[in-house]
Amino acid sequence: MILLEGTGPLGPLLPDHPSEFIVGIVLIGIIWLVVWKKVMPSFETMYATRADAIRGGIERAEEAQAEAKAALEQYRSQLSTAKDEASKIREDAKNAGAQIQAEMRTAATAESARIVATGHTQVDAERAAARETLRRDVGGLATTLAEKIVGEALTDDARAQRTIDRFIADLDAAPQQA
Amino acid sequence: MVTPLATPFLPLEGSAAPTFGVGSFDSRPLFPSAAWTQGDSAHYAWTDIWVTNHIAQAVIGAALVIGFWLYVSHNMKIVPGKKQFVGEYLYDMLRNTVARDILGHDYKTYLPYLISIFSFIIVNNLFGQTFVFMFPTFSKIGFAWGLALITWLLYNGAGIKKWGLFGYLKRMTVPAGVPVALLPLIIPLEILSNFIVRPITLGLRLFANLFAGHLVVLVFVLGGTYLMFVSEPIINKIAGGAAMILAFAIFALELLVAVLQAYIFTVLTAQYVSSAIAEEH
Repeated sequence: MILLEGTGPLGPLLPDHPSEFIVGIVLIGIIWLVVWKKVMPSFETMYATRADAIRGGIERAEEAQAEAKAALEQYRSQLSTAKDEASKIREDAKNAGAQIQAEMRTAATAESARIVATGHTQVDAERAAARETLRRDVGGLATTLAEKIVGEALTDDARAQRTIDRFIADLDAAPQQA
Repeated sequence: MVTPLATPFLPLEGSAAPTFGVGSFDSRPLFPSAAWTQGDSAHYAWTDIWVTNHIAQAVIGAALVIGFWLYVSHNMKIVPGKKQFVGEYLYDMLRNTVARDILGHDYKTYLPYLISIFSFIIVNNLFGQTFVFMFPTFSKIGFAWGLALITWLLYNGAGIKKWGLFGYLKRMTVPAGVPVALLPLIIPLEILSNFIVRPITLGLRLFANLFAGHLVVLVFVLGGTYLMFVSEPIINKIAGGAAMILAFAIFALELLVAVLQAYIFTVLTAQYVSSAIAEEH
């Protein structure tokens, strides 16, 4: 078993004994079997699971994105609806305001007219009363004055009264002619 | 330790061969029989041949490989831990950059074998730089021939399974586009190249690299030791020291060779399978 002489004509190119050749084959066979039946399936199963997990994650992310997009769309449409509504409300309010203003103006005008009319009536009544009072007083005064001027009491009241009435009627008529 | 070195550098006769130096290439039984110790080769016990140090280290190597792969593939998670990360890194290297790139979509059929040979060869090669063993298993040519034979059977079997026996033989011996006149020359060459040279070079390359590498290491380490401690002239002792230092560089080179040869064997196996099952080649 000296190395460089070997056991045959091929020297070290042939094994000392087939044992190592056979053992080598058996060992690689066993390793092969284990890797094939146990190691590789567990790696490949894990890779498949991982790929699924990643793909699932991506799908979930896409779903969430779509959902967010839909929500955004919804919000946008809601926002535009709200804007429309707001402008409508503003418009309505403006109209209502104008109407209220108009109504109030009408009411105020009516009220002022009523107040004016009442004033006029009152004034007329007061004027009439004043005229009456005046006429009576002026009549009295004039009579008293006339009595003093004439120096004697006029006994015939009816005639005197007629004279006064005529006088006052002349007084009334005089400013109208003037 | 080194004083009685003067004679053991030379191989002695029979069973008294040294267990280190060039004698390390000789397998020794772990439980030597009486016949073995007496050098009576006709009456060796079966354990003298089947239970040797080299066979033991091959078995240990295989056990390490199996243990490693079972360990890293046990209880795998989608999010890998440290252990699984290491396993995935190695597995992916073989799966993606060797098997899938060379073999294409059929790679999963052949991946287990590629993983097996790569890990078996690399572990056994690294035994050449590992304490306890300090001997690359594949510098015993029997192991190398064993793997070469399996690869040969695998790629031919794959081709025959895919194309049928005659379809496969035709594909492997008659390359497309060769003029008929050249066929008498081409066919024998192709047979020689595809069926004879391939397995021989495969086994021989692995064996020779490891054998020569280990031999060079022996030359530097044992030669250096001899020059330093046994020979007398001072210049020899200096040269011996230099050789010992250089031995580290050789060891580093051997590490590279160990990895490289495992890779080459695996890639070539994948290549041969690929050429056997390829649509055109």
